[in-house]
Amino acid sequence: MRHLLSTTDLTRDDAVDLLDVAEEMAQVSEREVKKLPVLRGRTVVNLFFEDSTRTRLSFEAAAKRLSADVINFSAKGSSVSKGESLQDTMQTLAAMGADAVVVRHAGSGTPHRLATSGWIDVPILNAGDGTHEHPTQALLDSFTLRRVRGGLPASGPAEGARGTDLAGSTVAIVGDILHSRVARSNVHLLNTLGAQVVLIGPPTLMPWGVEEWPAEVFYDYDDALAAHEFDAVMMLRVQLERMHQSFFPNPREYTRLWGLTPQRYRALPGHTAIMHPGPMNRGFEICAEAADSPRAVVLSQVANGVAVRMAALYRLLMGTESEGRS
Amino acid sequence: MTSLLIRNASVLGGEVRDLAIADGRFVEVEALADPGRVIDAEGLIALPGFVDLHTHLREPGREDAETVLTGSQSAARGGYTAVHAMANTAPVADTAGVVEQVWNLGREAGWTEVVPIGAVTVGQQGEQLAELGAMARSAADVRIFSDDGHCVADPLLMRRALEYVKTFDGIIAQHSQEPRLTEGAQMNEGIVSSELGLPGWPAVAEEAIIARDILLAEHVGSRLHVCHLSTRGSVELVRWAKSRGVAVTAEVTPHHLMLTDELVRSYDPLYKVNPPLRTRADVDAVRAGLADGTIDVIGTDHAPHTAEHKCCEWTAAAMGMVGMETALAIVVEAMRDHDFGWSDVARVMSSRPAEISGLPEQGSLAPGRGANLVLVDPDAAVRVDPNEHATLGRNNPFAGFEVSTRIVHTVLYGHQVVADGSLTTAHPITEGGSWIV
Ligand SMILES: [Zn+2]
Repeated sequence: MRHLLSTTDLTRDDAVDLLDVAEEMAQVSEREVKKLPVLRGRTVVNLFFEDSTRTRLSFEAAAKRLSADVINFSAKGSSVSKGESLQDTMQTLAAMGADAVVVRHAGSGTPHRLATSGWIDVPILNAGDGTHEHPTQALLDSFTLRRVRGGLPASGPAEGARGTDLAGSTVAIVGDILHSRVARSNVHLLNTLGAQVVLIGPPTLMPWGVEEWPAEVFYDYDDALAAHEFDAVMMLRVQLERMHQSFFPNPREYTRLWGLTPQRYRALPGHTAIMHPGPMNRGFEICAEAADSPRAVVLSQVANGVAVRMAALYRLLMGTESEGRS
Repeated sequence: MTSLLIRNASVLGGEVRDLAIADGRFVEVEALADPGRVIDAEGLIALPGFVDLHTHLREPGREDAETVLTGSQSAARGGYTAVHAMANTAPVADTAGVVEQVWNLGREAGWTEVVPIGAVTVGQQGEQLAELGAMARSAADVRIFSDDGHCVADPLLMRRALEYVKTFDGIIAQHSQEPRLTEGAQMNEGIVSSELGLPGWPAVAEEAIIARDILLAEHVGSRLHVCHLSTRGSVELVRWAKSRGVAVTAEVTPHHLMLTDELVRSYDPLYKVNPPLRTRADVDAVRAGLADGTIDVIGTDHAPHTAEHKCCEWTAAAMGMVGMETALAIVVEAMRDHDFGWSDVARVMSSRPAEISGLPEQGSLAPGRGANLVLVDPDAAVRVDPNEHATLGRNNPFAGFEVSTRIVHTVLYGHQVVADGSLTTAHPITEGGSWIV
């Protein structure tokens, strides 16, 4: 694995391997000294062109637990906003000795461009690009799902998930599929891991041609709930700016038709995990009862994010064992 | 009297014969008393010099991207003896002053006949008509008006523009893009855009405007030219309009005849263009439309950009591709599977655009007409290298393509501006006077 740009680049074995490495990493987080010395002397740059404190902190924690040096480069207020080109920024980071770049950008495809432009020759890790992909989010979701499916604790150290995939499970992704990088990464990865994906949302928030995607599509949430016993329901955040662009008449109607309301929550089978990539709009796409229920694994998702990002950084910077031998 | 004899050219790919030129015009071979200079055209195809209805020469305002001089040199090397310069310069070509400036720059350059296009609306803002009459009556003698880069989206303003230019037999060349349907658009809306997470530019945004404009042109009895149509639906609409006798003409670019949105998977801004690259079905439809005459002409939409505007992330990059120096080769490759001969090439790249623009000295090899001519090697083996091109723009999407056609000689009003693929000297019009001495 040279870069982590899209979950489409991962085979089943790649994905299971990353999740298994993340299991190892989850052990570290329970130790008294939460550090492994494996990336000592390496420099990981967090290059964030778009504000996201949560994701940046998660990557920072991951790199530091692997003993890497971390440079946080927030493009807001820096020379980038004064017209410095992406090319110059990347060449500067290369000159500073970056060993890996974690990039978040509002434009779809920017990490891909960085990886293929020749401006810098280090692993690029996509931390969310526009409305394209967010591969580590999908990996942490699958990590969490694998735990839940195995009847294991949703986060923290546990034995029993290694080597498994998600074959036989059914996962709903609900809401603004059109603008969601989380949804795109999850559709690919869940399919790769053998899960059945069901997309639910208003037609205005479905990508054009979604019927070609490897997923079943429902516009009616209740029809979908009647048709499937979901192992997990993943509620997507609806961005505030969508509220006034006529994707739906008003927030009230959205909640009524596509929100995880108390009624819908109570109608779910007892084993259905409630997932959300955060931050949640409580009372809008998800009711407090669901968000605060024991079946909600939202905080476990956050915890698993660190383990999964440690695994990704480890594999990108250290390679796989077979690569190490050759 | 200066004269030139072209020996043994295959005229329009057919009969091999000589062509004689005297004082900037084609003449009967028998009438040429003194052969003067001779070009041996054995094995070469003679076509009337190409006429491009759609180029962006960037001057005034973006001389770092292209100038009238470098754009004219690029045109000459591409076999173009006339190019129309779009109005989206800075300042916008919306007054007699600016169109005359561009017209004069073309004459000072002397590598091709530069025909300015005037803006339809003031500043291309789509709010009020520019001084169309003043531009038509200026030295630049403007007949084609376009807000290209922007759509004249207001239906009433479009109606008025179509009607108004009847005063001087003008034509409105529309960039058909419904603005609300394409807000933030980055590429063709389809399977690929959904996967890549890039905001889509749906075919309907082009087709809705074309349909509306056809109906308007029919209603007011005016001439409409559809710039760079790119979708299957657009071809069907134009075909329908022509069957109804509407005075509509249509244009397609070489890149829309050849490339698809699959290329955007690279996120390389080289492939970012407006209208966007479409699907294979659209490419097949525009080829068929060009072959059956639904689409009248090739327009390159030559759009040079500096490296900074292309060496960046996709979403920040400028839209546009250069193309005058590869246009012929790409058209020939694209139309290989159609019944499309050299006379068809001459029709879509020369005679028909000259007719649409009203350029009587362009577009014909007949005695008495302006001696504008290109000699083409149909059996060359060329690997496209944008670094060898005369345009300042390096944003040519055909880099690395293997093509079989090469522009060997270009003759501009009797003066050879390109010899064996290289620029020679500019036409003497640079010293003043006129194209035909
Ligand atoms: Zn245009």
